[in-house]
Amino acid sequence: MNQATAVRKRHHRPFVNLVLARFREFSREPAAIFWVYVFPLILVVALGAAFRDRPVSGLTVVLADGPGADATRRALESEPRLETRIVDADRAYDRLRTGQADLMIVVDPSAAPRYEYLFDPTQAASLLTREMANSVLQRAARPDPHAIRDRPLDEPGTRYIDFLVPGLLGLGLLGGGLWGVGYAIVDMRIRKLLKRYLATPMRRGHFLGAIMASRLLFTISEVVLLLIFSRLFFGVTSRGSYLAVAVLILLGAFQFSGIGLLVASRARTIETLSGLMNAVMLPMWIGSGLFFPIERFPGIVQPLLRLLPLTPLIAGLRGVMLEGAGLWAVVPQMGLILLWGVATFALALRIFRWT
Amino acid sequence: MPLAVCCSELRKTYPGKPPVEAVRGIDLEVSEGECFGVLGPNGAGKTTLIEILEGLMPATSGDVSLLGMRWTDQPDAIREQIGISLQETRFSDKLNVWETLSLFRSFYRRGIEPEEAIARVSLQEKTDAWVKDLSGGQRQRLAVATALIGDPALLFLDEPTTGLDPHSRRELWDIIRGCRQQGRTTVLTTHYMEEAERLCDRVAIVDRGRIIALGSPRELIARLGGDHVVEFSLGPDLPLPACSPEKWQDLPAVTGFRYDGQVVHLSVTEPHVVLPALLARIERHAWRLASLTTRHASLDDVFVVLTGHAMDETEAEERAV
Repeated sequence: MNQATAVRKRHHRPFVNLVLARFREFSREPAAIFWVYVFPLILVVALGAAFRDRPVSGLTVVLADGPGADATRRALESEPRLETRIVDADRAYDRLRTGQADLMIVVDPSAAPRYEYLFDPTQAASLLTREMANSVLQRAARPDPHAIRDRPLDEPGTRYIDFLVPGLLGLGLLGGGLWGVGYAIVDMRIRKLLKRYLATPMRRGHFLGAIMASRLLFTISEVVLLLIFSRLFFGVTSRGSYLAVAVLILLGAFQFSGIGLLVASRARTIETLSGLMNAVMLPMWIGSGLFFPIERFPGIVQPLLRLLPLTPLIAGLRGVMLEGAGLWAVVPQMGLILLWGVATFALALRIFRWT
Repeated sequence: MPLAVCCSELRKTYPGKPPVEAVRGIDLEVSEGECFGVLGPNGAGKTTLIEILEGLMPATSGDVSLLGMRWTDQPDAIREQIGISLQETRFSDKLNVWETLSLFRSFYRRGIEPEEAIARVSLQEKTDAWVKDLSGGQRQRLAVATALIGDPALLFLDEPTTGLDPHSRRELWDIIRGCRQQGRTTVLTTHYMEEAERLCDRVAIVDRGRIIALGSPRELIARLGGDHVVEFSLGPDLPLPACSPEKWQDLPAVTGFRYDGQVVHLSVTEPHVVLPALLARIERHAWRLASLTTRHASLDDVFVVLTGHAMDETEAEERAV
């Protein structure tokens, strides 16, 4: 019985072996590779294109509220293809940046330049709107043309795609973490592999840790790819440090692995898991500010939306990438993310069903 | 001889309405080096019993010790020394045989190399094959290899040959015999009586959560009173008295009688003595013989005599969850 009893060999590292096993399985699953790596890129391209080429009909102009705004609106109404609204300056800027408005005009009747045009030069509709609005306003001002100033939002960080990319990074981390961890666990539970592992001296922490670690590596490589891609094709860069971006991504990946673990901790079928996943992800898809700022929601639900796990991640990424915030500035967001990760992981460990 | 497995007054009740008593007071002692079979129909409580022993499920009440250790005191030490093959485990499809064993090997402090485990179950040719490409018999051999990888003193095999073709079944029997020769204690469950007769030193026959017979296959068969069984049936319109025990029990060498509605089963010590007398009696009554067979008595017969129903007639009313 004791012949060839090996003592601690190179392959005796359960954690490393478990991670290695996940890697092997993942790399041998072409469909998984497509959904994890290729699909998010397609999403970026599709969304990027969608917000680039909007139909020319219904061009919208937002006027920053102030003296002279009303008179300007009346002048613009002579052009039926332009739809004009007056909103306060911050809101107007948000609308422009998120692709909801094509042109923003700031009016100052007492100064020269009288009109300031803000537009997205990468969008044909935006350029066209600027030309149309300008010609209407200049026609009204004859014979003396008004002085104007153009402020194209061509700097990275001000376009819609810049707003979108941090949201898509968050989305990738959300989907990767929840599905990657959840599916792997429920699949092993159905196969009775979890039960089989339980019958060995394997440490449970090693197993759950290895699942999380391998998922962390997959999703992080996924979002890095997404970042490189957005940079190459859309010129999306970060104003803040990439270190801060990396820290946020790492925390986000950890958080969603924890949530995935919790969602999968008791489910016995893939159907149950899918239902739970959708129930957990849907509020975040809608309410975490993925495609538009959460300020758009009624004030009463906003505090709740800010507590969703995806919200602080996207907010933190936008803070760093768009506004150049440092790590210190996003500590509140990081704290909330960490809290979600630790709490869900701890709860999952307690209620985890092995059989 | 020291005990590898010892349990007393083991009970398991699954909550529900009504509660299901899967195991109702089982005492068991398995000596070191023994190959012990737990036999019974599906739903008899075999898997529940073995999973309690394996530490995968808590008992409702009762005591278990393996190799002198208790699950409550030294769970890790026990796990290091036992090897398990569950009734049905599907290993990861996209890992190959060597990788699967290497992963399991990493969980144990001591054990054998994956290559050696592969050789023990004769899967050398499949070392680099993905699990999804293995046949049912090969997967089952892989399951046994994962049980052997920690070089266990005690082996639990739950229905190791269920669903396999006769050839694969024979291959597994050879592997299990090999384990026994190396001095490992083996506890296996099966609902194939033939398997238990061929492999086990002793068997416990379990029905409805209780042990109804315990002993070596030979002893249990001997308790029937005869090593042989003569089975016959008579022509279609036969008078009812023809099937009553008193018609046949007085024949020479007959030790037991059973009629299942179609066939009369006689337990006999010497078929060559009973057969002429049996045929003479049928002739005397001018009955027509429809079929007649003789065979060695098996554990199936033991089960039928003890429970009054055949193994495959038993409804799985006490399904383990």
